[in-house]
Amino acid sequence: MAEATHAEVHRHEPPKGFIRKYIFSLDHKVIGIQYILLALTAVVFGLVMSVLMRMNLTWPGTNWPILATLFPTGAPGGVMSDAFYLSLVTMHGTIMVFFVLTTAPQGGFGNYFLPIQIGADDMAFPVLNMMSFWVTFVGFLVLILAIFAEGNVTVGLWFAKLGESAWAGGSGTVGPIGGWTGYPPLSALGKIAGPGQGAGVNLWIISIAIFCIGSLLGALNFITTLLNMRTRGMTLMRMPLTCWAWFTTAILALLSFPVLLGGGILLLLDRMAGTSFFIPGGLYVSGATVPLHNGGSPLLWQHLFWFFGHPEVYIAILPGMGATSHILSTFARKPIFGYRAMVFAIFAIGMLGFFVWGHHMFISGMSPYSAVAFSILTLSIGVPSAIKTFNWLGTLWGAKIRFTTPMLFAIGFVSLFVAGGITGLVLGQTSLDFFFHDTYFVTAHFHLVMGVASIFGMFAATYFWFPKMFGRMMNENLGKFHFWITFVGVYAIFVPFHAMGMVGMPRRYAQFGEYEFLKNTHPLVMFVTVAAIITAAVQLVFYFNFFWSMFKGQKAGDNPWEATTLEWNIPSPPPHDNFAGVVPEVYRGPYEFSVPGAPKDFMMQTEPEAAEVAASLGEGSGNGGNGHRH
Amino acid sequence: MAATVTGTEQVIDTTVGGGLRSRGGNGFPKNGGGRHDEGGDSFRFSADRYRIGVWVAIGSILMLFVALASSYIVRSASGNDWQPIAMPKVLWLSTALILISSITMEISRRSLKHQRDAGYGRWLLITTALGLGFLASQVFAWRQLARQGAYLASNPYNSFFYLFTAAHGLHLCGGILALSYLLLRTTRKRRTVEGELRRAGAADAATIYWHFMDGLWVALFFLLFFWK
Repeated sequence: MAEATHAEVHRHEPPKGFIRKYIFSLDHKVIGIQYILLALTAVVFGLVMSVLMRMNLTWPGTNWPILATLFPTGAPGGVMSDAFYLSLVTMHGTIMVFFVLTTAPQGGFGNYFLPIQIGADDMAFPVLNMMSFWVTFVGFLVLILAIFAEGNVTVGLWFAKLGESAWAGGSGTVGPIGGWTGYPPLSALGKIAGPGQGAGVNLWIISIAIFCIGSLLGALNFITTLLNMRTRGMTLMRMPLTCWAWFTTAILALLSFPVLLGGGILLLLDRMAGTSFFIPGGLYVSGATVPLHNGGSPLLWQHLFWFFGHPEVYIAILPGMGATSHILSTFARKPIFGYRAMVFAIFAIGMLGFFVWGHHMFISGMSPYSAVAFSILTLSIGVPSAIKTFNWLGTLWGAKIRFTTPMLFAIGFVSLFVAGGITGLVLGQTSLDFFFHDTYFVTAHFHLVMGVASIFGMFAATYFWFPKMFGRMMNENLGKFHFWITFVGVYAIFVPFHAMGMVGMPRRYAQFGEYEFLKNTHPLVMFVTVAAIITAAVQLVFYFNFFWSMFKGQKAGDNPWEATTLEWNIPSPPPHDNFAGVVPEVYRGPYEFSVPGAPKDFMMQTEPEAAEVAASLGEGSGNGGNGHRH
Repeated sequence: MAATVTGTEQVIDTTVGGGLRSRGGNGFPKNGGGRHDEGGDSFRFSADRYRIGVWVAIGSILMLFVALASSYIVRSASGNDWQPIAMPKVLWLSTALILISSITMEISRRSLKHQRDAGYGRWLLITTALGLGFLASQVFAWRQLARQGAYLASNPYNSFFYLFTAAHGLHLCGGILALSYLLLRTTRKRRTVEGELRRAGAADAATIYWHFMDGLWVALFFLLFFWK
C-alpha cells in the first residue's frame, strides 16, 4: 500500500460528568449496555410471570400467601383469579416481545458492536441514539404502570382520568387481559369488556406507541450508520454477518413499527375519543349493547397488527442468526459456509416477512384464495431458512470445534431454530392451522423459534462479547452449567406443548379442570411446570456470572477468542472513540480462518493483503484481495 | 485453496469498478466504504448522512400514512355510515400555500448551493412563514367544520379527516422546527469546510423533507376529497 495507512490521530475526549458519561450518554457503547440492562430487568418480570402462570395451571386454587400481599385484588386471599392469569399472559407476552426480544438483540448488541464492526467511531446520530433508549425506557415504565393502573388504589388514582373508574373494579386483575395482540372489539371498549380493560389498556397502548417511536429512532440510526460510516475497505460484502443481520432488522423495524403505531393511534381514538374504527355496531358485551359505535371493522386491526407482528418476530430472531453465524465460524475456526448465500438468505427472510401476515388470520374468515397465497408465501420462507441452516451445518462440518460457552449457545440456537421452525411448516398450511390455531401447538412453535432461539442467540452473544464489553471473561464452568440445564430445560418445557396442542388444549385458559378430554394431560402439565421452575432458577446462575465476572472475572486480552473482526483489534473495553482516533483500514473478509499458508489460523480484517501468501500458492485472486481498487 | 477463504472472493469483479462497489460500496455514489481520497475527520464526517437519514425517515413516515390510508379505504367499505363531508374551501388555500412553499424552499437551497447566503436566509424565512400559514389554514378548516357540527367522532369519514390532517400537521411542525434551526444557524459563521458541509447537508435534508410533506399533503388531499 503506497498510501498512508492511517490518518492523523484526532481523538474525541470522553465526557467528564457522571450523568453525561453513564446516564444521558451519547456513546453508542454505553447506550448498548443500557439497552442490555433494560432487557435484563424486563426479562425478570416476564420470567416470573411465566412461572406464576405455570403454577396456576398446575395447582389451580392454591393459596400463595405472598401473592395476597403483592396483588390483593389480583389474587384475593392468595388464590390467583382467572383475570389475574389472563393479565399475566398479556404482560408476559408484551414485556418479552417488546422489551426483551426487541431491545437486547438490536438496541443492545447492535448498538454496541455495529459501529465498531464497521470501523466507525460512533453512530451517525448520537443524540437520536440516546433519545431512542430513553424513549424506550419511558415506554417500559408506562407498561409497568399498566399492570397496576387497576387493582392498585394508589397508581389507579394517578390515572383515574384515563379510563372509567380506573381502580374501582377490584375484581382481581393486575393489568390488561386481552393478550399481547390486543384484538378489538374487546380491547377497544374499555371497562365494559372486563376487568383490567379500562385504564390499563390505555396505558398499554400508550406504552407500545412510545416503544414504536423509540425503535424507529434506533432503526433510522442503524441504517444511516451502516450506509454512511463504514471505514476504508469495508465494502458491503466484507461486513460481518452480524452487521447484515442488524441492518436487515433495522429495515424491518423501520417499515413495520409505523404500521403498529398507526393501528395503536386508531385503537386509542376508539377508546378515548368515541370513534368507530374497530368497533362494529350492535355489539352485545357483558349483558348490554354497546352504544354510540357503528360500522367499525375488528379485522382491520388484525391486518394492521400482524403486518407489524410478523416482521416483529424476525426483528427478534435475525440478530440471533447474525450472532450465531459469527460465533459458529469463529469457534469452528472455519470461514462461514457460503457467505453470500447467508447474506441473501437473511435479506430474503426479512423481505418475505412482510408478505405473510395473513397466516396469523387463517381462521378469521378470509377468502380461501388469499389464504392459499399467504400459505405459499409462508412456506417459501422455509427456503432461505434452510439455506441458513445448511450453511451453519456446513460451517461445522469437519471443523475442529472449540466448545466454549458462546459456541454451545450458538449450536443451541441452530438446534432450536430447526426444532421450532419445522412446526412453522405445519402451521403455515391452512388446513392444519384450522385445527392447531389457538392451541398449545402454536405456543410451542413460537416459543421455540422466536422466543427461546432468540434468547439463545443473545446468550451466545453475551458470553462471546462480554470480554470485549467489560474486559473480563465470564466464568466458563458456570456458563456451561447454565447452557446444559437451559438447553435441556427449554426442550422439556416446549416439546410437551406440541402434544398438548395435538390433543386440543387451548391457549390462554386459566385452568383446565373442567375439561374431561384434557384430564390425561395433567402429568404432562406438571412435568412442564417443574421443568419451567428449574430452568427459570438456573438463570440466576447466568445473572450471578454476569455481574460477578464484571468485577472478578479473569482478565481478557484484546482478542481472547482469536477472532478476526474489527472489535478485536482494539482494547477491551474499547476507548470512548473506539479506534482512538485512528481510521482502521480493512483488507479482507470477516471470516478468514485457517487460511492455507498463513502464519496463524486466523487473519484479522485489518491485516494488509497477504500478497506473498497468495503468490506462494499461485493464486493471486484469493482472500478477497480485491479491496485495493483504490 | 486460498480462493475459498470467504464468500468475498465471489464478488471479485473482472472489470475494475463494476457493480455496487464502484459506487462506494453501498449503492450511494460517493460515500461509505472504500472511499480513499480523504483522511482524518473529513473522512469520518460525511454530510451525506443527513440526506440518507432523511430518506430513511421518509420511508418510515410513508409507512405510517400507508397504514392509515389502507385503514381509510377498508373502513370506507366496511360500514353503511360513511358520509364524506363537503370540502372546506380554505383547504385550497392550504394546498396553494404548501405548493408555493416547496418552490421557495428549493430556491433557498439553490441559493446556498451558489453561496448566496443572504438569499438562503431570506427564502428560508419565507418558507417558514408559508409553512405556518399552511398550519393556520388547516386549523381554520378544523374550526369551520367544528362550527358545522362535524366532530372527530361524528362520522368515520370525519375521524379520518381529522386524523390525517393532524398527523400531517404534526410532521409538518417537525419540518418547521428544522427550518427554524437552520434559520438560527444562518447567523453563525462557519470557518471550517466541515461546518459548511454540515450546513449544506442539513439544508438538503430539510428540503427533501419539506418536498415530501408537500407531496404527502397533495396525496392526502386527493385521497380525502377526490378518491371515490
